[in-house]
Amino acid sequence: MLDFLLRALIGGLGVASVAGPLGAFVVWRRMAYFGDTLAHSALLGVALGFLFDINLNLAIIVLCVGLALVLVTLQKKHIIATDTLLGILAHSALSLGLVAVSFLDNIRIDLMAYLFGDLLAISQTDVYWIYGGGLAVISLLVIFWKPLLAMTVNEELAKVEGYPVEAIRLLLMLLVALVIAVAMKIVGVLLITSLMIIPAATARKLSKTPVQMASIASVIGCLSVCGGLWASYQWDTPTGPSVVVCAAFLFLIAYTSPIQRKM
Amino acid sequence: MNKQLVAFEKIGISFDGRVLLNNIDMSISEGEIVTLIGPNGSGKSTLIRILLGLQAATSGEVVRHKALRIGYMPQKLHIDPTLPLTVKHFLALVRGVDKRQILPTLEKLGIAHLIHSQVHVLSGGETQRVLLARALLNKPNLLVLDEPVQGVDVNGQVELYNLIESIRDELGCGVLMVSHDLHLVMAKTDTVVCINQHVCCSGSPQHVTGHPAYQALFGVPGADETIAIYAHQHDHVHEDDGSVSSDDPHKHCHH
Repeated sequence: MLDFLLRALIGGLGVASVAGPLGAFVVWRRMAYFGDTLAHSALLGVALGFLFDINLNLAIIVLCVGLALVLVTLQKKHIIATDTLLGILAHSALSLGLVAVSFLDNIRIDLMAYLFGDLLAISQTDVYWIYGGGLAVISLLVIFWKPLLAMTVNEELAKVEGYPVEAIRLLLMLLVALVIAVAMKIVGVLLITSLMIIPAATARKLSKTPVQMASIASVIGCLSVCGGLWASYQWDTPTGPSVVVCAAFLFLIAYTSPIQRKM
Repeated sequence: MNKQLVAFEKIGISFDGRVLLNNIDMSISEGEIVTLIGPNGSGKSTLIRILLGLQAATSGEVVRHKALRIGYMPQKLHIDPTLPLTVKHFLALVRGVDKRQILPTLEKLGIAHLIHSQVHVLSGGETQRVLLARALLNKPNLLVLDEPVQGVDVNGQVELYNLIESIRDELGCGVLMVSHDLHLVMAKTDTVVCINQHVCCSGSPQHVTGHPAYQALFGVPGADETIAIYAHQHDHVHEDDGSVSSDDPHKHCHH
């Protein structure tokens, strides 16, 4: 009877473990709004996936990566300030997704589940996707950790030292897109970035090195998933938002507690 | 004759018709310290960025020795405060670094005690030394230093210049420095190149400080220096293409 709960826990822990380290990069590189924009466009990916009858995860990944490329190209042209550009893309992509979904009359989509996530409804296949995608993300992060970090610390120094900065930047976007695709089931498009940012921001208070921050972010994300699931089971609250509330609660504790790690 | 590491050949760069650099010729050889001076906006940093491959020249060519290996020290280092990073971890990011070299390099620069410090809490002088350490760990035969003494007090500046000179003596590498303070840097320099969109004059420090083009930009040495250093008196006007408009047929600074 608790099968679905166990599956939710396993899936949630998988997503949180991946979202933590990547969230650290999102925080370091100030990509929060960028992540939001990609996440919002994921709904359009879902609609297109249904429309063309292709795997939804694949559709989301393709759309996110495509949008990331468009963003980078537009950014380089300096037509308009980046935050404005992101705002335009984020909300038009979300609206376009909602409009597209409304055209799919023969398919009933649980819109709320896509917007806010439905951890309790994840299937065995979803768990495979989460762990397959998660493993890919973590492996790539480990393999390319040094160039990713070197680029994050200082792009020009990294470039002069011979790191292929453009390729690494693309890789990071691809990773963010992957995480969004696998995390969508858990917290939904509107809350995905919070699962990346909040644990990472909490971890900042407790860490002295980048690796520490990335790993502690994973742990805090997992704690949030456990807490959120428990709260959801206990009080019948929506799971996705409960996980985020739990993460925010941990953030508050970390930043108001008197424990101060020496810099 | 020392090996020539880099030569700029008629380098020019312009944006939207505005000329930033025009017809720059200069070269750096092994064991030579070249200092690039010029007023703000004269294109010093742009020239450095072209050398580093961070920016493309619109005309001319940079000829690099095939064994050229650059150690670059940027003007300043901004690391996002959300990124926890110790000096050791920062230096370990050098591509292909031999991590056993980190401590000896820090010792050489007199900052071994900072190895476990967070990069965010370093003072100006300490940051400059950490950046210099990073440049050295890249095993360069050319050090490129963009305003290496920025944010460092006068005593610290003298120390840093001495350090740079001793590194040159030890490694035999070439050094290209950007500077706009003149007096301290002069003593440690083999060649000074004074630029202001174009090369105004170049040569030994003695030669350059006596050159009318230099004096036009920076004042006569020995005159009221506090004013002379900061006042940039242009005695000539640059055309849109960066050339000098004057009656001087050599298109050079008006003397």
